[in-house]
Parts: sequence; C-alpha cells; structure tokens
Amino acid sequence: MNAAMKLEPADKVILELNVRNHPGVMTHVCGLFARRAFNVEGILCMPVGDGTESRIWLLVREDERLSQMIAQVEKLEDVISVIRHGASHLVFDRLEEFFA
Amino acid sequence: MQISGAQLIVRLLEQQGITTVAGIPGGAALPLYDALAGSTKIHHVLARHEQGAGFIAQGMARVSGRAGVCISSSGPGATNLVTPIADAKLDSIPLVCITGQVPSSMIGTDAFQEVDTYGISIPVTKHNWLVHSVEELLHVIPEAFRIAESGRPGPVWVDIPKDVQTAMIEIDELPAPGKRDEPSAVNMTQIQQAAAMINAAERPVLYIGGGVIAAEAAAQTMMLAEQGGLPTTMTLMALGAMPVDHPLSVGMLGMHAARYTNYVLEEADLLIVVGARFDDRAIGKAEKFCPNASVIHIDVDAAELGKIRRPHIGIQADVATALAALLPHIQVKLRENWLERVRLLKAQFPMQMLDSEDPRSHYGLVLAVAEALDDEAVIATDVGQHQMWVAQAYPLRRARQWLTSGGLGTMGFGMPAAIGAALAEPERTVVCFSGDGSLKMNIQEMATAVEEDVNIKVVLMNNQSLGLVHQQQNMFYGERYYASDYRKRTDFVKIAEGFGMHTFDLDKAADPRAMLAQALATKGPCLIHCSIDVNQKVLPMVPPGAANTEMIGD
Repeated sequence: MNAAMKLEPADKVILELNVRNHPGVMTHVCGLFARRAFNVEGILCMPVGDGTESRIWLLVREDERLSQMIAQVEKLEDVISVIRHGASHLVFDRLEEFFA
Repeated sequence: MQISGAQLIVRLLEQQGITTVAGIPGGAALPLYDALAGSTKIHHVLARHEQGAGFIAQGMARVSGRAGVCISSSGPGATNLVTPIADAKLDSIPLVCITGQVPSSMIGTDAFQEVDTYGISIPVTKHNWLVHSVEELLHVIPEAFRIAESGRPGPVWVDIPKDVQTAMIEIDELPAPGKRDEPSAVNMTQIQQAAAMINAAERPVLYIGGGVIAAEAAAQTMMLAEQGGLPTTMTLMALGAMPVDHPLSVGMLGMHAARYTNYVLEEADLLIVVGARFDDRAIGKAEKFCPNASVIHIDVDAAELGKIRRPHIGIQADVATALAALLPHIQVKLRENWLERVRLLKAQFPMQMLDSEDPRSHYGLVLAVAEALDDEAVIATDVGQHQMWVAQAYPLRRARQWLTSGGLGTMGFGMPAAIGAALAEPERTVVCFSGDGSLKMNIQEMATAVEEDVNIKVVLMNNQSLGLVHQQQNMFYGERYYASDYRKRTDFVKIAEGFGMHTFDLDKAADPRAMLAQALATKGPCLIHCSIDVNQKVLPMVPPGAANTEMIGD
C-alpha cells in the first residue's frame, strides 16, 4: 500500500470475504496473498452480527492471476464466501478521508 | 463422566478407528502420552525423530487412504514435523498432526520449547487449529479428520496447549466421528460435452494423476481407457493406477519419461486430464505441452482447473463420481489408426534400460527385486536417481502399491514411509528402494523398524554420491562436481547390523539373485546393500525448463 501505486478505477477490484471470526483468520487470508506474491492494496476487517463471523474487505489490483487467487481463497476452511465487486464499490472511497 | 482433555483426545482418536499413531513425547505432550498409555486400542510407535513419525503416519495413510496420525511435543518437536506435513500437502495425503504446546498462559512469552506452531503450520497444511479450551476439542478433533479426508485430501494440524490437555470436562457421550464429506453431484451438461469431445477425438490421450488413487477410482479409470480406446499416461503419483504392462498404458510422462510417451502426447488432439495438476516435472515447458490438444480437466479441487492450462471443459468433481457419470456416454472405440501410431512410436522410441540383465546394476536390481515379488508387495522409494529408476522400471500394477514423495521430493521419506505401510498392512512385504544420500537423512528410523519388527526390505543403491546432483553437474554444469560426492565411504551394512537389522550385501554375493530372494523372504526389517556406478544416469531427461520433446538420451 502506497500512494505512488494508487489504483486507477479500471485496475481496481474489491473483494468481500465473509469469514469465521477467530484470531487466526486474518493470517490465513493475508498469508495466502503474500505467499502467492499477490499484493493487497487495502484491507478492512470488522466483526459482523453476533461476532461469530467477520467481514474482510480487500482492495486488490486486477490481474490475470486474480481468478486463481480467488479460487485459492475459497478453499480456506474459515472463508464462508467471496464476492467480487468492481471499482464502483464505495467501501474504500469512503475511508479516504482517514488516509488524507 | 468427567475426563481430561488428553483422555478426550484419545477417546476421539479411538472412536475415529485409529489403531496406530507415531510420535515422540516431550514436556508439552506428556498429559496426552499419559492418556495414550491408558488406551488398549491405540498402539503408539515411538519414532527416533519427529520427521520419521510424520513419514510413518504418511506411510499408513498412503496404503490405506485413511488419515494417518502423528504426535509430537512443542518447539523442536513441532518444527521437525514441518517437512513431512509439507510433503503430505503437496501429495494430497490425509494426515492429522497433533502437537503439544506450552500452557495457554505462557503463549507469547518465549517460554521453553515455545514456537508459533499455528503460524508455522499455515502454509503447509490444509487447515490448522490452536485449541483454546477443552470444550473446543469436541469439535476440532472430528473436524480434523473430516477436513483431512474430504475433497482433495491433505494434512491438518492441531496444536494443543498443555493446560487444555489437563483441563477436565464433563461429557455424557462423544460427538460423532469425523467423516469424509459426500461428493456433490456432477454437472451433467459438462459430462455430456466431455463425452462428445472424447467420442469425436482422433488422437486422444488420458493423462491421470494421484487424484485417481486418492478417489479410489483406478478401476473406473481403466474402464474409461478401455471403453474409449485411450492411450493412458500416468504421473509419478498415479503409478500403479493402471498396470504399466496394460496394452493402453504409455507409462509415466514428463522429465524422465520414455521418449515415446512424450512423443505420443505431442501428437494428441485431446487430453483428458483426471486428478492431475499439470506439474512442471510432468509437463515440461507449459506453453509447449501438447500444443495441438484440446483439454478436458476433471479434478476435485476447483483451483486446479485453469491454474496452469485453461481447459476447454473443466469439471470440478470427485473423480470417481465424475467417471461414473461419464462412462455410460463413452462410445466403445477401437481407434485402430491412433493406437497403431502409438505402437509404432513405442517400437521406435522405447524405454531403454541399460544392463538390465545384471542384478547389480541400477535397472537390473530394480527388475530383479520385481521378479522375486508379486503385486501384493508395497514399493516405497526415497528421492533421487534410484526413485526415477524404480519409477521407470518397476512393473507397478496396483493402486496404493507405490509410495513416493512426488511434489516435495523429500529425501528421507522412504524408510519411515515403508515402516508406516508395514504397520498398516503387516501381511505385505514392503520394499524401500533408497540411495545412500536419502537413507542417511532418516537412518535413525532403523531403530524403530527393528523395535516394531516390521517387514521392510531396504534396498540400498549405494553410489557414494548425491546421484541426481552429480548427474546434473555432469550434464549442465561442465562436469564440475561440487558437494555431490561423499569422500569417505560409510559402512551401511555395519550400521544396519548395529541397529539390529538383517543385512545382505549383494557386492559380496556369489549368486546375487539367490541372495536377493533369500533377503526378500526373510521376515522382519532387512537391509540389502548394492554398490552402483556413480556415472549411471537417469535417462531420458528433459532439461529443467525445456519442452518435453527436447529430451536428452535414449
């Protein structure tokens, strides 16, 4: 994540992961991207509902390897679902004021 | 009833049908070992190094198809298990690895023998847990077996702090044991499309991998080949799924395939890939592999479809379920022209086995062992030249007959894996072909073999060298041999005797075939030693990074 690498909308993909909420799940998800040399530009995570599940938002770059990356994420036992959004999703845009 | 966490683990393992576990105790695992001592159903095999325990568990899993269990303490016990667990991950072998951990209150304090087992095990497992409470065990242990054996099998790791093992829990009955998930239904539209492609193909080739073994689908795969008239190639992991002397078998593909095998693939117009993953050692340079072929890819792991090669039809399904659906749609074909072409290529470019008549040569020894045994024997290998010679020459004819470290290529795999196989199937003769480099990497397990009196025959092909390194330095590094030859000779016969094994030295035999037969017929653990010329090579060979058709040697 750095300003020089700010993504153009065409390159932006936003992934919404619903996961089981426990101390290891962030390591599982982030480690998987790191091991496959796939950069994660932005990351957000909060518990949802009664706290047994969390939602992880990832901002990643469109890349020919992305579908393989998503297929690997879907294999993680603690990942319940993966939804792929385009650049028009506002979750990271709304956060920009905190990173100004 | 009120029982401890450790007792609960043992009850859950018993209920899972586990009768043998391999491991080494230590401080953080002592409550678990104390509970194991109370079990009348579970036999604990004391390995001499945790890596040995992991490979013993793998040997049990590879011959049975059921999850093997290994146990160790925290810290170095856990780190020593990383290699066999990573090996199981790459070869999709179901394992449940249980490690003790320092007490919960001391986690994160750099306590004695504390290591971040959970963090270390993430990249090498299918799934892992750090158990936070005794109650969690009720869910985690059955779940560990379910995950290890479901879908694409693999290793799971359960790290259990000492206080969780000693904590008491009140339970009325045990939770249900973990069971393999039922395979989901297959997409019949895709199956029909695949059948149409197979029926219409002129020069189809069936390319099968370890997934066929994992899915217990060898018989169905053979039916597919026979019904469709499909020449069939096997990866290293699939050897045994179809007898190598089956008329439709074209043997192992890839880096050390016979020339004709890679040439047959080159001419294919359709590739039917079943339970295989386009590994680089199997396909060579990906862009040049089967350049004219359409691809049907069937695999239980959706992430394998399109990972290396984009299939025309990618079917995510349990291989056995998919083949059962596919078979009724496959027309019986004789494919006389294509099979005649395959026969011609095989006659022109067959596997050449130098000195195969001499039982003290590299290929000759492999063939002499095979002649002395039947298909009931289990054949394990270590990693290196001997492994490839056995893969090329041994007439494997049965699924789960062949145990080898394919993906990770771990030297030291062979002997402990053979011990595990012999423990799981004591009625069989288990042969472990090894090299002097590999054998030294887990030689301490000779003690385990003797203690358990397992029926293993270690056939040591001793060239006093790291043979495959020596070969590559010869072929690709200007004959600059560096760090590949052992300057001092090791007396392996004396070492094996020291551990209490039977020993036979073919170097000193007047009649090596007679000695070999006697050795293989001797019950119990046994070393069969034979010196091999260091200049013998594994050929043909596709240079790393080259296309499969660019083979060196005949």
